[in-house]
Amino acid sequence: MSTDSRRRALFALFAALVLALGVAACGGDDDDDGGDGGDTGANLIEENADNNGVQVTVGSKNFTEQYILGEIYAQALEAAGYEVKTQLNLGSEVIALRALEDGEIDAYPEYTSTALTSFFDIPPEDVPADAQQAEDDTQAEFEELGLTAFPPTPFSSANAVGLLTEQADELGVSTISDLEGQSEDLTLYGSPECRQRVDCLVGLEDNYGLEFQKFTPVDIGLRYEVLDQGDADLSILFTTDAQLSTSDDYTILEDDQGVLPAGNVLFVARTETVDEAGPDFGEVVESVQGDLSLEVMQELNARVDIDKEDPAEAAEAYLQEFGYIE
Amino acid sequence: MSAPLASLLPLAQGDDFIQERTGTGCVQENGFFCAEWAFDNFDRYVTPLVEHLVLVSASVVAGLAIALGLAVMSHRRRWLVPPLTGLTGVLYTIPSLAFFIVLLPITGFGRTTAIIALTAYTLQIIYRNIVAGLDNVPAASKDAGRGMGMTDRQLLWRVELPLALPEIIAGLRIATVSTVAIATLAVFAGAGGLGDPLYADLTFRTNVLLAGGLAILMAIAFDALLVVAGRVASPWRKVRPV
Amino acid sequence: MSLALVSLGFLDAFTGAIDFIFNQRESTVAGDEVGGLAQIGDLTVDHLEVSAIALAGSLIVAMPIGVWLGHHGRGELLAVAIGNAGRAVPELALIAFMVAFVGVGLVNVSIALLILGIPPILTNSFVAIRQVDRDAVEAARGMGMSEPEIVARVELPLAVPTLMSGVRTAAIAIVATATIAPLAGVVTLGDLIINRNVYGDDGVLAGGILVAVLALAIELTLAGIQRLLTPRGLRLERAPARA
Repeated sequence: MSTDSRRRALFALFAALVLALGVAACGGDDDDDGGDGGDTGANLIEENADNNGVQVTVGSKNFTEQYILGEIYAQALEAAGYEVKTQLNLGSEVIALRALEDGEIDAYPEYTSTALTSFFDIPPEDVPADAQQAEDDTQAEFEELGLTAFPPTPFSSANAVGLLTEQADELGVSTISDLEGQSEDLTLYGSPECRQRVDCLVGLEDNYGLEFQKFTPVDIGLRYEVLDQGDADLSILFTTDAQLSTSDDYTILEDDQGVLPAGNVLFVARTETVDEAGPDFGEVVESVQGDLSLEVMQELNARVDIDKEDPAEAAEAYLQEFGYIE
Repeated sequence: MSAPLASLLPLAQGDDFIQERTGTGCVQENGFFCAEWAFDNFDRYVTPLVEHLVLVSASVVAGLAIALGLAVMSHRRRWLVPPLTGLTGVLYTIPSLAFFIVLLPITGFGRTTAIIALTAYTLQIIYRNIVAGLDNVPAASKDAGRGMGMTDRQLLWRVELPLALPEIIAGLRIATVSTVAIATLAVFAGAGGLGDPLYADLTFRTNVLLAGGLAILMAIAFDALLVVAGRVASPWRKVRPV
Repeated sequence: MSLALVSLGFLDAFTGAIDFIFNQRESTVAGDEVGGLAQIGDLTVDHLEVSAIALAGSLIVAMPIGVWLGHHGRGELLAVAIGNAGRAVPELALIAFMVAFVGVGLVNVSIALLILGIPPILTNSFVAIRQVDRDAVEAARGMGMSEPEIVARVELPLAVPTLMSGVRTAAIAIVATATIAPLAGVVTLGDLIINRNVYGDDGVLAGGILVAVLALAIELTLAGIQRLLTPRGLRLERAPARA
């Protein structure tokens, strides 16, 4: 072939490929009849009329990730035909558990690490590092309370000690233990509950033996602001925070002594509700959380925390994107 | 879309979902006021706005009714004035948030609790103003009424109260403006209102300006409304600046 | 029947709150203890501290201005307008504004509270001086007193009741708003109310009761001070004249 016609052929092939990719990308939201990459068809939650009489109240704790998770589960269950009410923004895990046990809510998403350390009194360093083991332990403990804990989400989250990257460089710290000797001059900001929590301030003081110049409790929503405004030297962050992936300004210190355990999320429900609701309940829950990888969770957090979207809308976008609802 | 092409894009969907973030943009940088975001998300403020309106209206109307009742009672029994002034004063002194919280075990979370507390707040100023207004009714007008053969009750409702209207309106204005401001704390009583979006994100500047701004605008609007109502209701009186 | 249950429920809640005030107990978030007189004492002191700073600040800023304007009879519109505007500012919005635009911490919160205290003090100082009997002022001028002397020895003493009324209003507004100061990183008695997670329902109710009691106590104290400062003559003159 002459160079010209070869070039033309290559160009035509390239254009065809681009066109095909473009069509595919645009046509992605349409319903598919399968294909292995496209799980759209398989994921779609079908409404089952049998579920119509069953009322389910989905709760959540009081921070962004929890609002999103609560909405995802709630909207998914609603798509399956259940009558869903939400009671998001309950408070800390203790309040949420109490609401669950009292029947005020029927289910909410909880972290294995939080459940083990806060409900079941396991010291943070004894929380199994193996995610599977942690889940098994948690499920067993919940069962004793008459609660059913469903299989875990793909992503896990942990508390983390964070600071501005510049300051981390200045102080020359990369692990929490590095703070020894320097922490007395540093201020730490965290949620109000952090003061009492063993996977937060109490653990840092007791297990790492760190003393801070001052601990100031602020609302969870302010955890980055206080670093930005220079009020805080250190701040308690979450490993699933959007800000950590979208910006290099913040650094988290490595938890070298394993005091801040990571936990996957288990949807915990009252066993009687699960029985009443039938098999669809568990199926929907396990299915809908399947695409919650760390990146996706961070993206969802970003949409609410950074773009200031409504958690319900972000949840809906997730469900639509991955084909759970239309 | 045919199957072969679909398999070319196993992660395209998930990747689509995850957006490129450059950290720029009004909302991302927490700019002073992001008009576009405000416009797109205004519907999230509508329910709180309506809730707020309901809370304020209900409380002021209830406060007026109660204060009027108390004032009428004290009109002929002057000994009631100091204790009632004291009582309404005490209610006013208690910080609103504390009042909401103390009511919670009795009336539970929700609108009722908020309205009870908000109504209690309005009592002092409205009561005081109605009493003062009645006191300032010129004796000549009362005499004229009596001369026309009016009973005490008729005198009160046909002569004294109408003449006291400017003072009453003045009190209502103050009470309403204060109530609009205080009702932002109703979120702590589980009653919604503009405090709800405010409290939900204290750091987001556009939100603070929008929710706070709507509250202040509401106060101004109510105030203007009451001024007009006052003029309409008592055209014979030149309205004094308050 | 349900009324009985409601009242029982609420009695139960109140005894729980009283117990919280006096006895330490374990936090609802497993770990440190909460409640008890020591902690309450600390919180109360912090609450009073930030309130006092703000009140002092607003007095220093607003009173001289109000007095000056009143003495010279200028700026009535301004003084009244500021007074009215102050009533329209929601405290939560003010604190939120601080958090969003300025920052958290004691200094910022004090400034916010100070701003809250200015309108009542400014307006009342103005009105108080304005309504002093002009004859008394003229007499003093005739006696050869200088302007500052007139203010200090004639106008201010006669203005005390209205002035103090403004101070009381400001103080109550400041103490009330200091309740939500924990939202901006300054821990006061309001922490008990705002952080239900930490203190539990008993703590929240205890917080409500304590804040109410504190406000009433301050009001009574200031009323007492007002009475002490009011010149004897005025006190007699202002005794209830209503039959």
